[in-house]
Amino acid sequence: MNESLETTGTLAPGATYTLGDLQQGAACCVPTPIIDVQGLRVSYNGITALDDLSLQIHQGCITALIGPSGCGKTSFLSSLNRLTDLIPHARVEGRIEFDGLNIHDPNVDVRALRTHVGMIFQRPNPFPLSVRKNIEMPLREHGIAGKHVLHERLERALTDVGLWDEVKDRLDQSALGLSGGQQQRLCIARALALEPKVLLMDEPCSALDPISSGVVEDLVLRLKGRYTVVIVTHNLAQAKRIANYAAFFWMKEKVGKLIEYGQSRQIFEEPGHELTAAYISGVRG
Amino acid sequence: MNNQLQQQRLVRAARIHSDHFFAVAVYVAAVVVASAFAWIVLDLLLNGVAKLSWEFMSELPRSSGRKGGISSILVSTGLILLVTLVVAVPLAFAAAIWLAEFTRKGGKLAVYVRLSLDVLAGVPSIVFGLFGSAFFCVFLGLGYSIAAGGLTLACMVLPILIRTTEAGLSAVPEGWRQGAAALGLSKFATLWQILLPAAAPSIAAGLMLGIGRAMAETAALIFTSGYVDRMPESIFDSGRALAVHIFDLSMNIPGGDQAAYGSALALILAIGLINAMALKLSDTLLAKRIVA
Repeated sequence: MNESLETTGTLAPGATYTLGDLQQGAACCVPTPIIDVQGLRVSYNGITALDDLSLQIHQGCITALIGPSGCGKTSFLSSLNRLTDLIPHARVEGRIEFDGLNIHDPNVDVRALRTHVGMIFQRPNPFPLSVRKNIEMPLREHGIAGKHVLHERLERALTDVGLWDEVKDRLDQSALGLSGGQQQRLCIARALALEPKVLLMDEPCSALDPISSGVVEDLVLRLKGRYTVVIVTHNLAQAKRIANYAAFFWMKEKVGKLIEYGQSRQIFEEPGHELTAAYISGVRG
Repeated sequence: MNNQLQQQRLVRAARIHSDHFFAVAVYVAAVVVASAFAWIVLDLLLNGVAKLSWEFMSELPRSSGRKGGISSILVSTGLILLVTLVVAVPLAFAAAIWLAEFTRKGGKLAVYVRLSLDVLAGVPSIVFGLFGSAFFCVFLGLGYSIAAGGLTLACMVLPILIRTTEAGLSAVPEGWRQGAAALGLSKFATLWQILLPAAAPSIAAGLMLGIGRAMAETAALIFTSGYVDRMPESIFDSGRALAVHIFDLSMNIPGGDQAAYGSALALILAIGLINAMALKLSDTLLAKRIVA
């Protein structure tokens, strides 16, 4: 652990982070694509939810997916780690490359893919286990053993999300006893412990109170650079604050479409499409 | 204005009146149910407690059960239950897991399996007895034996165990399944670490229902495990279950009423004990996992 990187969070008083300073604005000088999506189409029971989507997610950046409900943002997100596999009668067409690897290739190990591409859900979903087991159990299942190694990973993950000081005395108590914001940060820590490259976040703040939401937002900003973050949010102010890139989704003829994608500053300040402009300014949506 | 207020008050009074009636009706229903149970237990206690003693539990029945105790009956009952559980529980677990976790994308087979389970759950026990007699005793050549009785009961409690376990698994929040999948956990790990412990209370409830039904069974056992009241030497011997013993004492043996009451009390106590054990087991399981 790098001591010099430790700073104190602005929104979680007393919490210690190891993720470095808050990084605002553009972090990615040279955009390097880590996820490349070409001609993606997602349908459920033969009904298309999202069509003709192509974009590149850049490494180390925060990409915000914005747009009204039901226009395919979550479908897009869950196709990136193939969580769509769980949904009955869901069909994903098109090509998704992660780190140059086609994730729909029959040789791809889905479980390994999901350790590289972690996911955080709208409602915090810590397992009904102790705080410690929530983080150690997935590690064990992926073959990481040894009390020492596990504890080190546990402490680092919890410190990364600023939760260590809050829970270090109750590691063996149920994770369901934590507050909503703490639960969500625990879920983030659980994903980080697996050392992913990409974190998919599906409205991670929408079920939280404003203070917890601020803490999580703060945390997302700290993840920038070290992790690639793709975040769905309905909070435009939040998207504007944290994102490097923004993708605007909209329903066209009952099918979700990507309308515009680009640097967040450009999307929010000089949108190239009239729908984007209308949505950003609050005229529609 | 005044009139309107008065009308509102009247409506409210009527509502309170009907609420009152509803509350009384619910209370009466609850008291009726509770007193029926209390009556049975009281009757058993008053008539059976004199009979209940260590001698009664540990001696072999004599004179067709009028005298002596019920030791061989208890052993037979325990063995029948053991055979039932050893066969039914693993099968029920596997079937429930398949139904709840592996048929989420639909499919005809799951529909048929569920339907046949529901039909099976409604089949009268005497039919199970006839089936067990024809299949286990005659076709498989087990004869009148504890094994045949236990297997017949296993068939009978399977639908209960499967459906309650399946319901328990289906009630586990979807978020945990998604979270587990998103962490790259295997299906087995998800089940073992999260889903089964979370479903433990309903699995325990199903187990108690199943055991209760098996312990109380008479009709299905008369044809399969028989009613020899000797001490069984193995599970291939014929053995008399407690419920069969009670039936025989009260219907066929003049002067067997006292022993019947004692046996009935022993049966109730045994079921109570087993239920307490099942509850305790699921509690410890949960405490180990830490479920709030």
